Amino acid sequence: MILPYALQFFLGCLTLAFAMNLWRLFTAPTVTDRVLVLDTMTINAIALVVLYGIWGGTGLYLEVAVLFALTSFVGTVAYCRYLLRGNIIE
Amino acid sequence: MTPVLDTALDLALSAVLVGGGIFALVGSYGLLRLPRPMQRLHAPTKATTIGVGAALLVSALDLLSQSQISWQELLITLFLLLTAPVSALFLAKTLILRGEADANLPDTGTGKPWATLAPEHSDP
Amino acid sequence: MRRVFPHPYLSLTLVVLWFLLVNQWKLGSLVMAIILATIIPLLTSAWWPDRPRVKRPFALAAYALLVLWDVIVANFQVARIVLFMPRAKIQSAWITVPLDLKSPEAISLLAGTITMTPGTLTADTSACGRALLVHALHAPDPDAVRDDIKARYESRLQRIFE
Repeated sequence: MILPYALQFFLGCLTLAFAMNLWRLFTAPTVTDRVLVLDTMTINAIALVVLYGIWGGTGLYLEVAVLFALTSFVGTVAYCRYLLRGNIIE
Repeated sequence: MTPVLDTALDLALSAVLVGGGIFALVGSYGLLRLPRPMQRLHAPTKATTIGVGAALLVSALDLLSQSQISWQELLITLFLLLTAPVSALFLAKTLILRGEADANLPDTGTGKPWATLAPEHSDP
Repeated sequence: MRRVFPHPYLSLTLVVLWFLLVNQWKLGSLVMAIILATIIPLLTSAWWPDRPRVKRPFALAAYALLVLWDVIVANFQVARIVLFMPRAKIQSAWITVPLDLKSPEAISLLAGTITMTPGTLTADTSACGRALLVHALHAPDPDAVRDDIKARYESRLQRIFE
């Protein structure tokens, strides 16, 4: 049974990825880059939630992942729209 | 399930997880490493999506091996596959409009400008 | 019937999606799904007057499998470029892809496909919608990439939709 070790490996990768994302968030040269970093972070966060669900052996966390997937997309589009048009809802 | 099948499933799921973890890492590393803004757009849209995809596949199969069926993984995968191109398109349009993308865009070949740079572009 | 359900396929998709979301079979969920599948197409029909016409649904399924396979291949290619290629050697390029497709649904599907597959990303359309602006992460030969997109994806979509 090596699945728990693989899970730990994935969690380790995600931790590193989050650290790099945070670093990029603070050092990003432009605003658009920050939006891109936030988008990446939310996708990583979805993976984190799903992994936590596998770890606990329950499907309950998937609902969180669904909601996160929905809201993160809307968030990215809203940021971009604000940068593109100067407002979100016309 | 027989023990042999059980071990095989365990190994396969672990392999998928390790691969997915590496891809998730590559996506975030690409953000740091690639020098140009347009290039940075490539890494997370592709690599990170496959990372999440691996996690979702393992989650579905793991629950299935405990004879629980969950359809939400399918929903999340579909949703991410559909929205990743849209987010990328919006980010690319933002980069172009703000002049942060590489300059010297090619000609459209249709006699009209690119939609983002058109004088009064309609809804994106 | 046409006035209550302006987009029957959209309604059907909404029912399926709602069941995926609630993750269980209950009568109450079915009622809710039918309510949503009636209201949402009615409210949004003003922005989507035409019905998409799919001539060959099975070819569309085969196309989806092809794209899924290409997404996996794309990831290995992009990962190799990100990890091992020296920064100065990455030759990014803008590519104009003139479109033969007419239907907006097919064009947006093509744009999405380009973004998800090997090292390319749709960045913009022309103002008249007759050309796509594609950014390639590493393309020493941009013309080959354009021909590849047209031969591999656009021709298939043309067979499916037109």
